[in-house]
Amino acid sequence: MAFSVRIQTEDFDVSQELAALRAGDKRVGAVCSFVGTVRDRNEGSQVASLELEHYPGMTEKSIEGMMAQARDRFDIHAALVIHRVGLMQPLDQIVMVAVTSAHRGHSFQACEFLMDYLKTQAPFWKKELTPEGARWVDARVSDDQALARWGIQAQNAA
Amino acid sequence: MKVTVRYFAAIREAIGLGTEQVQTQSLTVAALREELLSRGGAYAEALAQGRAVRMALDQVLCEPTTPLREGCELAFFPPVTGG
Repeated sequence: MAFSVRIQTEDFDVSQELAALRAGDKRVGAVCSFVGTVRDRNEGSQVASLELEHYPGMTEKSIEGMMAQARDRFDIHAALVIHRVGLMQPLDQIVMVAVTSAHRGHSFQACEFLMDYLKTQAPFWKKELTPEGARWVDARVSDDQALARWGIQAQNAA
Repeated sequence: MKVTVRYFAAIREAIGLGTEQVQTQSLTVAALREELLSRGGAYAEALAQGRAVRMALDQVLCEPTTPLREGCELAFFPPVTGG
């Protein structure tokens, strides 16, 4: 499972995933991970629940492409992206990115690179349920700017 | 040529359809968008020029000028908001 992508409705156990990611790999001296969770507020409204839609097939393909780029840019040994879809509530885990490397710099950077890339290029859409009704979440220009730091021009929110 | 057209998120909801088969003379992504737009109603609204609509041809993000291929899959969707 050196480089893998999973799209699933079920929750995930971060410590189990990290243990599996570095299992048996004695080259690894650094494991870096990011977990995104559901907030109870967005754009000034209370969020009761969140529904995530995706484009099956393209989602996996696009994240695999991002991982290939991460391997070109950073000296990393393994990476994992788990993204949940379906209905979620505040406090729930949505997404996990984890990377291993010999030294921390490469896994820290690759983890952030993958997350920045995913935010603007992977076909997921969030719909929030608020007291004012259900609404699709708007893309943020700040996410495009985050990817631009890596020299990649995203025009997702533009 | 025959194209499988797919819609996601707000565009899917507006059009009321996730996927449809289209027989078309259009040669590019932009031309097919124009053709769908000209159906009027929800199509005209959801795919209107000036609205943020992203497109993918055979599951890869593409440009308006990207040529269509026989049997291809073309998707229209709003800016992505995962993570």
